[in-house]
Amino acid sequence: MRILAAMSGGVDSAVAAARAVEAGHEVVGVHLALSRMPGTLRTGSRGCCTIEDSMDAQRAANTLGIPYYVWDFSERFKIDVVDDFVAEYKAGRTPNPCMRCNERIKFAALLEKGLALGFDAVATGHYASIKEDSDGNLELHRSLAMAKDQSYVLGVLNKDQLKHSYFPLGATASKDLIRKEAADRGLSVAQKPDSYDICFIPEGDTRDWLKEFVPSEPGTILDQDGNQIGEHDSHVGFTIGQRKGLNLGRPAKDGKPRYVLEIRPVTKEIIVGPEEALQISELYGTRLSWCGKPQLDPSVFFDCEVQVRAHGDTVPAQAAVIDGEMIIHLLEPFYGVAPGQTAVLYVGTRVLGQVTIDRTKSKASVSA
Amino acid sequence: MSVFLDHAATTPLRPEAMVALEKALGVLGNPSSVHSDGQRTRAILEDARDQISKAADCNRSEVIFTSGGTESNNEAIKGLYWEANNKDPQRNLIITSAAEHHAALDPALWLAAEQGAEIHYVDLEANGMVKLGELEEFIMLNSSRIALISLIWVNNETGVITDVPRIAKLAKELGIAIHSDAVAAFGNIPLSFKDSNLTSMAISGHKVGSPIGVGALIVSRGAKPASLLHGGGQERGLRSGTMNYPLAAAFAAAAAAAQLDMALRAQRLVGLRDHLEREILKAIPNALRTAFGAERVPHNAHLIFDGVQSDSLLFLLDQRGISVSAGSACQAGVLAPSHVLLAMGYSETQAGACLRITLGRTTTQSDVDVFIDAIVPSFEQSLLAGLSSRAI
Repeated sequence: MRILAAMSGGVDSAVAAARAVEAGHEVVGVHLALSRMPGTLRTGSRGCCTIEDSMDAQRAANTLGIPYYVWDFSERFKIDVVDDFVAEYKAGRTPNPCMRCNERIKFAALLEKGLALGFDAVATGHYASIKEDSDGNLELHRSLAMAKDQSYVLGVLNKDQLKHSYFPLGATASKDLIRKEAADRGLSVAQKPDSYDICFIPEGDTRDWLKEFVPSEPGTILDQDGNQIGEHDSHVGFTIGQRKGLNLGRPAKDGKPRYVLEIRPVTKEIIVGPEEALQISELYGTRLSWCGKPQLDPSVFFDCEVQVRAHGDTVPAQAAVIDGEMIIHLLEPFYGVAPGQTAVLYVGTRVLGQVTIDRTKSKASVSA
Repeated sequence: MSVFLDHAATTPLRPEAMVALEKALGVLGNPSSVHSDGQRTRAILEDARDQISKAADCNRSEVIFTSGGTESNNEAIKGLYWEANNKDPQRNLIITSAAEHHAALDPALWLAAEQGAEIHYVDLEANGMVKLGELEEFIMLNSSRIALISLIWVNNETGVITDVPRIAKLAKELGIAIHSDAVAAFGNIPLSFKDSNLTSMAISGHKVGSPIGVGALIVSRGAKPASLLHGGGQERGLRSGTMNYPLAAAFAAAAAAAQLDMALRAQRLVGLRDHLEREILKAIPNALRTAFGAERVPHNAHLIFDGVQSDSLLFLLDQRGISVSAGSACQAGVLAPSHVLLAMGYSETQAGACLRITLGRTTTQSDVDVFIDAIVPSFEQSLLAGLSSRAI
């Protein structure tokens, strides 16, 4: 096969490319320039904040003896991922930009371009596995290295995307093994630290980063009974379940910590309350997709497990799609789930599909 | 078998340069030393200076060896600006064009950002030619405020030639310093520093077939630009540092050889280039020539392929073993839409759809034929890939 290896400059994608080469594929490395850096001397300059990563990726490609190119997707990335991220926060939701990037950039814009230019598949260093069922349908599964499993952020892939995706790291038991393999292969990125942050917020402070895009609009912080107990300078950047950074002067009457329960973007109100009030028992959403073969009859409630964060726990659930809306009854509660987050449905290790959460329901009230 | 059609980026080493380099590398001595060993390498350096002065048609003392075009442009632009501005603080205006290479554009931008300079850009015609009439008018009106004029002789992307001597004549009459980035002109078209009325002129070795890492700044004897470097005071105090006689010798040999074969090479390359352009325009209706009607260097073909993105074309041609260019890439390797094309009035999308095909001494008819055969399928496949900016 002709494989387009997406190389971020990190150790995982370098080893993924190496394995693709070793498997006998014709491999070309490509680094995606995703962010634009304004304020440089050059007119129309773009994609230049990743110089070191780009060089690391190029060095890895040199070591593997494969051609290497940089492709600029910064314009699409800005619209589909960054602008979406800001808009979601403005609307009081909590988006997952990595998921959006996989959905719109890596396995859409990049894949489309790769297919047009004669490639058969895109390989990445994601920890996940693609398997085939007895009827030849492709399935996405968790990686063997559970601690690094990234099947959650790939939950947005559909049948066609799976057909052209290649995850060479899925059957490896741990990241340590990948690092060792990278060192054995002479890859200079073998000991490069993992990245945990959102790539376009390198400082890691989302709320601070958002300030640049969203004008400060002061509002109030209320308790569940509607009493004002604090103020904020912008509702944007708060997330459901957040405890830190509320700056509430007075402790609660019961002395227990208070959490963000609800964000009301129209009135700029933040509702806080005790941890128990974060208990979510139902999830609803309309932006849904099936990862590979769809559920046979989704209008009938089926058993699954649900995960709502990249490396979060799963809980058993029953889900169904009724009138275009997915309804998920959680058999054990989640704490602090925010609209905008993605619920990925699993059956065993297999990813069944995903839905962006529009609203949640706790035993007491509905937040939207 | 690779087909190299990117001679404006760098061109193969000339055999004469290789011989001169090897010979000089075998000789020991610091050219500044007073002993005989030093005198021997000094002689090599000064022979090189003679050869460069012949090639550039200047006085031998006007040749300042540097590490290349970027250094030469930086020294001239910053040095001449500081000199003029120190003498008369009213003079803080730099006149330059939107067609400059980054090596000449960015020093001016730095002076504006950090040193209080003001920049006036001369506009370009749609075919890339500098609007010389407007420029002359502006210079006349603002002559007392101008610290420096800086104009590229041949644009490195479009190959368009600017009549720099016409502006230099006016500048000289008004007593204004004028520098030209002549990196893409030197060795490709006849030029004379002596007749140009320029204050300074930057040239580079590897564009004429020497190794990378050597160039020169030609500085008129009357000019006293401030120096970027301070140290041993070599090269008229303008370029302190031990003088690199082996690379200077290689540069001189390459420049001399380029002077010798310039006319014949130009004639041959114009034929190949015109054939290449005709065939592309015939086969691909979406293709258009950028420098239409402008005077151009003989070896440069610059086209826009509407509807595709340069990176797709470059990739597909590279897969076929063909090296061409699409303008400049940033440090991370991203192709940026060319500021020159934007200044010529093209959209960002069009500026991101160009190819620069540059021929050179070693280019053959077969190279051109291979390119012509490859461009149509590459273009059609690039059309399928479309633009990365489109929504999916």
